[in-house]
Amino acid sequence: MTESLVSIRGLSKVFQSEKGPVFAVQDVYLDIPKGDIVGLVGESGSGKTTLGRTLLRLIEPTSGAIVFDGNDMNSLDPSSLRALRRRMQIIFQDPVASLNPRLRVKEIISEGLIAHGVGSRKERTEKVEALLVEVGLQPEDMRRFPHEFSGGQRQRIGIARALALDPEFIVADESVSALDVSIQAQILNLLLDIRDQRGLTMLFIAHDLSVVEYLCDWVAVMYLGRIVEIGSSQDVYSSPSHPYTRSLLSAIPKPKPGLNRERELLQGDIPSPLNPPTGCVFRTRCRYALDSCAETIPTLVKLDKRHKSACLRLSEIS
Amino acid sequence: MEGQGLYAERKVFSLVLERRSSALALLFFVLVLILVFLAPIIAPTDPYLMSVRQRLTPPGDSFFLGSDAFGRDVLSRLLYAGRVSLMIGAGVALSSSILGVLIGLMAGFFRNLDGLISRIIDAMMAFPDILLAISLVAILGGSMINVIIALSIVYTPRIARIVRASTLVIRELPYVEAACSLGSSTVYVLTRHVLLNILSPIIVQATFIFVYAMLAEAGLSFLGVGVDPSTPTWGIMINEGRQYIDQAPYLILFPGLAISFSVLSLQLVGDGLRDALDPRIARQM
Repeated sequence: MTESLVSIRGLSKVFQSEKGPVFAVQDVYLDIPKGDIVGLVGESGSGKTTLGRTLLRLIEPTSGAIVFDGNDMNSLDPSSLRALRRRMQIIFQDPVASLNPRLRVKEIISEGLIAHGVGSRKERTEKVEALLVEVGLQPEDMRRFPHEFSGGQRQRIGIARALALDPEFIVADESVSALDVSIQAQILNLLLDIRDQRGLTMLFIAHDLSVVEYLCDWVAVMYLGRIVEIGSSQDVYSSPSHPYTRSLLSAIPKPKPGLNRERELLQGDIPSPLNPPTGCVFRTRCRYALDSCAETIPTLVKLDKRHKSACLRLSEIS
Repeated sequence: MEGQGLYAERKVFSLVLERRSSALALLFFVLVLILVFLAPIIAPTDPYLMSVRQRLTPPGDSFFLGSDAFGRDVLSRLLYAGRVSLMIGAGVALSSSILGVLIGLMAGFFRNLDGLISRIIDAMMAFPDILLAISLVAILGGSMINVIIALSIVYTPRIARIVRASTLVIRELPYVEAACSLGSSTVYVLTRHVLLNILSPIIVQATFIFVYAMLAEAGLSFLGVGVDPSTPTWGIMINEGRQYIDQAPYLILFPGLAISFSVLSLQLVGDGLRDALDPRIARQM
């Protein structure tokens, strides 16, 4: 891996609920290389969104460290943290709820500029115009309200807002899953263009595996708050090693109907994070699970230079 | 900051006018305001001028709406009384909205304040409105400003509760999260993101409080704990006329009608506003 911009070290987040502690993210280690797009995939409830939010400090982590460009975010004073947060932004899933319906596009996009006191009023207007063009909208659109746009256009406004402060790192949280497939492709291409032009680093959270394959350089597979497999997209998609990843990938519809592959269907639902299984979190749904899987928590084991997997029976099943 | 939300407000206003009952009610209310405002010019006589020989004259040539027990002109008193009654309604609506918004925003946005503020609001709302108002006026003393203060305290929890509930919803929306990530200040988030989006229920509730306050003022005056009894208000006029109900029923009829119609017209305007501000209903109108 090249130099990493964001480095997550043993991150955990436990929410306190009325029913007891909820283990949303457990002991996650993840390096996000500069200029790359890392895809984070997993079922609903696997902790992907919590991990993304914790990275941006929209949620305080329970334990563990996040190192951004050499700075440990835990040890920063509030003003340095504010300056650092300016360099990381988020793009949301819901293009409707993520834009304030009462504000004009110009006010939405320039919010960050105003908050950080960037430029004069005239400079901010010019910046908004440039951003609108960059995301494929018209400069005149800045005087309109969000409800006058389609879902894809609104998502472009959300992207322009995230880019306004010229961030280096962007968390895209299910940013295309609320859109039509044809619009998804446009937005994905826009994200790729922006990455290339600005040299952005991105964490792309998704549950659609084909989208991740198209967009991402790296894939991390999350299950019940833990990363179970991580590697370059190529390696993970061509030779998945963790049983969970295999089941996920075998669920992707293939364009050739005649091609009959063995499918590894998942049974049941993801267990409650209120009471995660002991040992390997996946063992309750794993076809290879043995009694011994309940005793040890598997760690990520290097398969080769760019591929790691966390399964106790890795050598036997691959 | 230029022209924020103006577009939306203009649309709402025309939607209110599109509904016939609301448009008529608004017209009527504006007419009442004009009449009351012009009281010194259009009132036939001084509202305090007594004429003992002409006491309890029924409506007719000498007194258009009759005269009261002291021979004072009911029409003139009605116009002057409207100034006080409407002033109290507007004053209470405005000040309880401002207070309620401040308290409601704090309770809704800051989790640690919510418990305390909500309990106080609940306690105040458990108290009967008029009883609380009577005790407050009794403590403060009877004057127009004290009645406004007392009624504002009584009605603030109503606004605060609505603002708190709406704030709780808005606080969790992604655009508020985006604002945090963009580094916006709490004040900016509260005013531009939260307050701007909960204006509709506040405006609607404020029109209702206008109405409640006018009715409560009439009630307080009727019970003798309202404004200084020498100042005419619609409530005081009814209270005074009560003793002569068998000889001169018009003494309570006209102020009663004034209260009823002002209240009705304001309620209709409030209904129109509520529907126009709800996009689902507004589209059907």
